[in-house]
Amino acid sequence: MPGITREEVAHLARLARLELKDEELDHFAGQLDDIIGAVARVSEVADQDVPPTSHPLPLTNVMRADEVRPSLTPEQALSGAPAQEQQRFKVPQILGED
Amino acid sequence: MTVTELVSYEAALAAYDPVMGLEVHVELGTKTKMFCGCSTELGAAPNSQTCPTCLGMPGSLPVVNATGVESAIKIGLALNCEIAEWCRFARKNYFYPDMPKNFQTSQYDEPIAYNGYLDVQLEDGEVFRVEIERAHMEEDTGKSTHIGGATGRIHGASHSLLDYNRAGIPLIEIVTKPIVGAGERAPEVAKAYVTELRELIRALGVSEARMEMGQMRCDVNLSLRPQGVSVFGTRSETKNVNSLRSVERAVRFEIQRHAAVLTAGDRIIQETRHFHEDDGTTTSGRVKEEAEDYRYFPEPDLVPVAPPREWVEELRAVLPELPRVRRNRLREEWGVSELDMQSILNAGAVDLIVATTQAGADAAGARKWWMGELARHANEEGVELGSLPITPAQVARVVELVASGDLNDKLARQVIEGVLAGEGDPDAVVEKRGLKVVSDEGALGAAVDEAIAGNAAIADKIRGGKVAAVGALVGAVMKATRGQADAARVKELILQKLGVEA
Repeated sequence: MPGITREEVAHLARLARLELKDEELDHFAGQLDDIIGAVARVSEVADQDVPPTSHPLPLTNVMRADEVRPSLTPEQALSGAPAQEQQRFKVPQILGED
Repeated sequence: MTVTELVSYEAALAAYDPVMGLEVHVELGTKTKMFCGCSTELGAAPNSQTCPTCLGMPGSLPVVNATGVESAIKIGLALNCEIAEWCRFARKNYFYPDMPKNFQTSQYDEPIAYNGYLDVQLEDGEVFRVEIERAHMEEDTGKSTHIGGATGRIHGASHSLLDYNRAGIPLIEIVTKPIVGAGERAPEVAKAYVTELRELIRALGVSEARMEMGQMRCDVNLSLRPQGVSVFGTRSETKNVNSLRSVERAVRFEIQRHAAVLTAGDRIIQETRHFHEDDGTTTSGRVKEEAEDYRYFPEPDLVPVAPPREWVEELRAVLPELPRVRRNRLREEWGVSELDMQSILNAGAVDLIVATTQAGADAAGARKWWMGELARHANEEGVELGSLPITPAQVARVVELVASGDLNDKLARQVIEGVLAGEGDPDAVVEKRGLKVVSDEGALGAAVDEAIAGNAAIADKIRGGKVAAVGALVGAVMKATRGQADAARVKELILQKLGVEA
């Protein structure tokens, strides 16, 4: 049984708003399956004494004081926006026509 | 879709048992955002409080706001929760322009606080325990303005505009366990819970929790099950119910709507619903095209939060008195009924009365003015009691002037009017408007003599033993002194002059 199916890859692509052609789906499904298979081997090696981890550094509680730091100017913030209006980011229609 | 004919509330409750779940989002009152140093000040120009981190720019890194974590722990402790020894943030992935990162930094299966409860008191004094599932840390989203549709709605809009000043402001989401057993009091319990939570948040000093400002927002989940059945029914999720009154109305409406659907033999659809403030109804939101799939995973850019136990205990040690406990203590101190205390709470007068007594007034006097004259003013002007332009110290001074006999109630009302009109402190208003009780016995005596002379028939009646008729003479004297006399003293003088024992 594969680590990830073609249908799952299609679903993920949709969630990530990636338009994939049929041959791309075949291609990536195979590649992703290989990757998942490789990563899965880690759990074969890891014994009971190795706890699951989500971060390479053994750090906790990295925090900053609640002190205001300078923000970007609105001009800077909007400088990379493809479109703007009323000093706001302009985005296309969110809901399609019913 | 057809409009469902509602079932009466009584009929709904006779057949079904409501189960609720309440999700409350509280915007913390920190100076900066949860993961960056941008200011959270309200009312700033659009997109003037953003940085690469809250805009989700490549290469930027979040750092957790220590005060945000501390506030979360305080809330958790006050809700009798366990505080996680170790927990992580998680990415909640979704595509929607209110978050420029395409994910919201939240917590998933490791909330910082879990497994608690909040005891809430209903209007008749009954205490109901609401179990808390969890309280977790996350961030607020940006503000969308929809252009081109009807009245700013997303439906029919041609495009939308985004202001990211709010994106990244710390939020605590507090989720109850299913609330069962409230029965017909479910709407009341829901309102009492959100009210109590708001008071608690304020007492902790972690947020002003002003619902009208969006600092506290409530989602109401509701389902019905036939009486005697233990399995929960399908729930609806009514979003953004943003006032205390609306919480109660939304629960009530959904109970009646669910009952109507179920009684007709139909099924409840699990869906998001929108609440309408104007008529208290809910309507179906967009039916989701697919099940939500947020693909949560641990946030790799943040390290775990592991609150040291000493820190947690330090915070526990300085928790304020719980609002309900404090209210009951004050209720006893003030000697008022449960119902009166509820009115005081609803009017937002508890802290004002406390401050007024601390400024030297007796509780009865403080309560009388805040709940009477001042509440009336606030009502007329449609503002909160606390935002009237009069301070507890000024009210305390009025109470003092009445107690010392310098003012009677009628004059005191004029003094308060003067203070509200910006004429200065009570003493200044008294001075400027010449509002002193006529205590000059000579002047008062003359006015009394005049009143007796001018109302001989009444005076005779009183002499003849009809003491109750004295009111007419008191009225005449008060009129002659333009209300500036002490009515009790006037009555005394009249009776004395007519040689009648009171």
